[in-house]
Amino acid sequence: MSTTEQPSVPTNSGPDFNPGPDFKDIPAFEVDPGLQRHLADARVNVELDTGDMIINLGPQHPATHGTLRLVVRLDGERVIAADPVIGYMHRGYEKLTEFRTYPQVTTLINRIDWLSSFANEVPFVHAAEQLMEIEAPPRAQYIRTALTELSRIATFLLFLGEMGLQVGALTPAFYGFRDREHVLNLIESATGGRFHPNFNRIGGLKDDLPWGWIAETRNVMKIVLDACDVFEDLVLGNEIFQARTRSVGIIPGELGASYGVSGSNLRASGVDWDLRRDGAPYLAYPELDFEVFTHPDGDSFARYWVRLQETRESARMVLQLLDKMPAGPIMAKVARIIKVPAGEAWVETENPLGQMGYYVVSKGGTGPFRVKIRSASFSNVSILPWMLRGVYVPDVVTILASLYFILGDIDR
Amino acid sequence: MSDLEVLTTRVTEALGDSVIEHAEACGNLVLRVRLESWRSVAETARKELGCNYLSFISGIDWMPAPTVGLIEGDTSTPAQPKEMTFGAAGSAGRFQVFAHVQSTSQHIGFTIKADLDEAAPHCESWVSVYPGADWHERECWEMYGVVFDGHPSLRHLYLPWEFEGHPLRKDFPLLAREVKPWPGLTDVEPMPGSESDEDSKDEAGEA
Amino acid sequence: MSVLALEIGWGWMLAFKALVILMIVPLGALVLGYTFLLKMMSHMQSRLGPMDPGGFHGWFQLVGDGLKFLQKEDIIPEDADRRVFAFAPVVVVISTFLMFVVIPVGPVAVVANLDVGVFYALAVSSLSVIGVLMAGWSSANKFALMGALRAAGQLIAYELPLLLAVVGVVMQAGTMSLQGIVSAQQNGSIFGWSGIGNPFIFTQIIGFLLFMIAAQAELSQTPFDMPVAESELVAGYMVEYSGFRFLFFFIGEFGTATAFAALAATLFLGGWSLPGVHGLSAELLGPLVLFVKLMGVAFLMFWVRFTYPRLREDQLQAIAWKFLIPIALANIIITAIIKVAF
Repeated sequence: MSTTEQPSVPTNSGPDFNPGPDFKDIPAFEVDPGLQRHLADARVNVELDTGDMIINLGPQHPATHGTLRLVVRLDGERVIAADPVIGYMHRGYEKLTEFRTYPQVTTLINRIDWLSSFANEVPFVHAAEQLMEIEAPPRAQYIRTALTELSRIATFLLFLGEMGLQVGALTPAFYGFRDREHVLNLIESATGGRFHPNFNRIGGLKDDLPWGWIAETRNVMKIVLDACDVFEDLVLGNEIFQARTRSVGIIPGELGASYGVSGSNLRASGVDWDLRRDGAPYLAYPELDFEVFTHPDGDSFARYWVRLQETRESARMVLQLLDKMPAGPIMAKVARIIKVPAGEAWVETENPLGQMGYYVVSKGGTGPFRVKIRSASFSNVSILPWMLRGVYVPDVVTILASLYFILGDIDR
Repeated sequence: MSDLEVLTTRVTEALGDSVIEHAEACGNLVLRVRLESWRSVAETARKELGCNYLSFISGIDWMPAPTVGLIEGDTSTPAQPKEMTFGAAGSAGRFQVFAHVQSTSQHIGFTIKADLDEAAPHCESWVSVYPGADWHERECWEMYGVVFDGHPSLRHLYLPWEFEGHPLRKDFPLLAREVKPWPGLTDVEPMPGSESDEDSKDEAGEA
Repeated sequence: MSVLALEIGWGWMLAFKALVILMIVPLGALVLGYTFLLKMMSHMQSRLGPMDPGGFHGWFQLVGDGLKFLQKEDIIPEDADRRVFAFAPVVVVISTFLMFVVIPVGPVAVVANLDVGVFYALAVSSLSVIGVLMAGWSSANKFALMGALRAAGQLIAYELPLLLAVVGVVMQAGTMSLQGIVSAQQNGSIFGWSGIGNPFIFTQIIGFLLFMIAAQAELSQTPFDMPVAESELVAGYMVEYSGFRFLFFFIGEFGTATAFAALAATLFLGGWSLPGVHGLSAELLGPLVLFVKLMGVAFLMFWVRFTYPRLREDQLQAIAWKFLIPIALANIIITAIIKVAF
């Protein structure tokens, strides 16, 4: 271990002792133009000299989907400053991949975004295939696309219910879980795993689809489309839900992009950018006819709306894929012991949570030399300190729910 | 002229002298820029090339990792070359910092690399250009020890504050592997009572 | 006339009444919790769990829940103000007990027929917030404190529309005694037709709606459940309570729901009275009639609870002060004009 002297690093001992998420690091409260509505209140508070309260939301808190910790400084119910503390679930996947062979790595990356594990595998396998200059056969590509879209539907159905729960309506959460179960059953019957399929192989897939899967999928897509209508009526159309989410947690499109916010969150801010359509062509997306939804508002309501539309669109895409599904092999010719030639590949895909990318560096061995995992939630959450200033405590929960992050995707 | 060639010409012209070398890696443009112009490259990329989206910033350590517990004929532990080689667009030394920026409107993107000093790696911070660089730089600092000058609060992101060392450096051992080597060929255990049970127990004991 | 107290002396009568009151709160909580929380909610939300235990329709679930609460360890946080912490759930339940004192279930079957019955019931119902504040303060927990303060703010905002909504009924009946209000409805007539008496829900429909909304806020049920707000404050003032102390809050919550449903049934639906039933049969049928009406009102409350999301604290205040109170005042003025004119 190198013990070189490094200039201007915050020291962990001595007079400049800085215990990580110290409260004194939280920047002082600045009044944004967007917070004009609170100015009068703020003045009253100065006169009355109300004290601040520092409160820990998490790491054990139902609104944080696991182990995100928010150190929030409150003035009454209003957030003055918020500092997200992450790392409670850091598993060091970037280090671990360096000690695994390529086929072993897919087991790890299944656990990054555990709600849409299949979609995680695709970009990594794709990167390895690019480096090896092989391509999976068309049927494998179609099945991959269908399963990716199914995991998107499963992820979003959970969101559509979960968001209701976070704003206080208990019922949609159960509907979300119930309808997601149908989709998970499909994924399970095709791959053998409900949450961690590990179904992708470099050069194709482990298995072909089981008998009757296509007919069953058609039925389930009808259920999904019906469920979307239910959520539109029950949650999206509800006046209280709209009062709670409209103009709460606005992300300006340009700011969101510079923070690296991606996926539905960015499209809800009016940025018309979907890697399925705009990125380097991958899987069977170029052959599909689908619409990309954007919403100009950029608030929590817009994020819910965009995800609802995308769930519908994904169901339609799956139906298209089933119609077009070609016959043929599902595995390209690949050596038994996979050696990937030296080189670098950057593959990014549009995952349910946003842009998922792997920068794979190979030195010609049987395992990757370095894998930079670019996960969507990490960047999506990094905008939280900006977003949470000046909102009320209930809005914190709404914003967290509408950003829709998975802790495994933040911490990796 | 392909899209990539058009992009290459456009980017290299805009960045001018800053670019040392550029290469194409699996359809992705990789540029190696001078360390002094690390921040100005980001400004140019954002303002002139329209790359408004920061995908990631990270580091890379080109030193080959010391291999641990490699059993002869074991295919489950990855084999890596022993000598130091560099990837696309080359490198001047052991450490590099690299970042990927993209444009959400033009649908372009490229990777930027810069060589770092091995003894005390440091470079300029991008926080003033891309606010999202904050967390990425904190991660890179704790994982590689790369100091980002001008970063508002360079503190631990994932690891506890008292953590020593930089885990993603190649000379940082993966302790789990040191303590318990990858089981490798003896991974599949026989069913109890089967014929090969006794033999494999002996083998495992010897290994 | 007095059937129940015919041969029984004064002391025995009091003991009997006290026993009934003590029984009715846990019983009401049990019935409401079972019917609505376990059964209706399970059906509405496609829940499988509460439909399973015990075989038929999951009848054992409530027993299991009760046993679970009782066998849990009684935890008091180290920094908590122990005596206040222990006493707070009792205060909440006591306020519920006190409410039942004035609610009549028959022509004579009432513990105390106070002249200021409505006023008394609404006054003691707000006692529970003292228990909530005690719980929030003594828990030494910021979430609990925020929940308790929210509950206090909510009480101040919603006590007013609740009272104003009832004023219309009181004016129409000409008395504040609940027994008087019931007989006013029983003996009233709608434009001369006295077939079903005059349940005030027809003339005081605005009052009824206001009362239900405000009662929902008083009970801190969705959409006004900010004091407990599971997704934000985890459970608000209840966050540090476990075991039977938590059960006390649970009984208090559902017992108060029963009391408010009974109050609404009494004020707006005619209480124990059934058209055409008088005398002894009214005495015997009264509790049953009131129970049916009460369950109808409670069904509305819980239907709203399981359907709507939660409002934000500032939105709640805005609704109370900007909408409910002006509407309630207008309702009073209209009632007064009509009362004087006709």
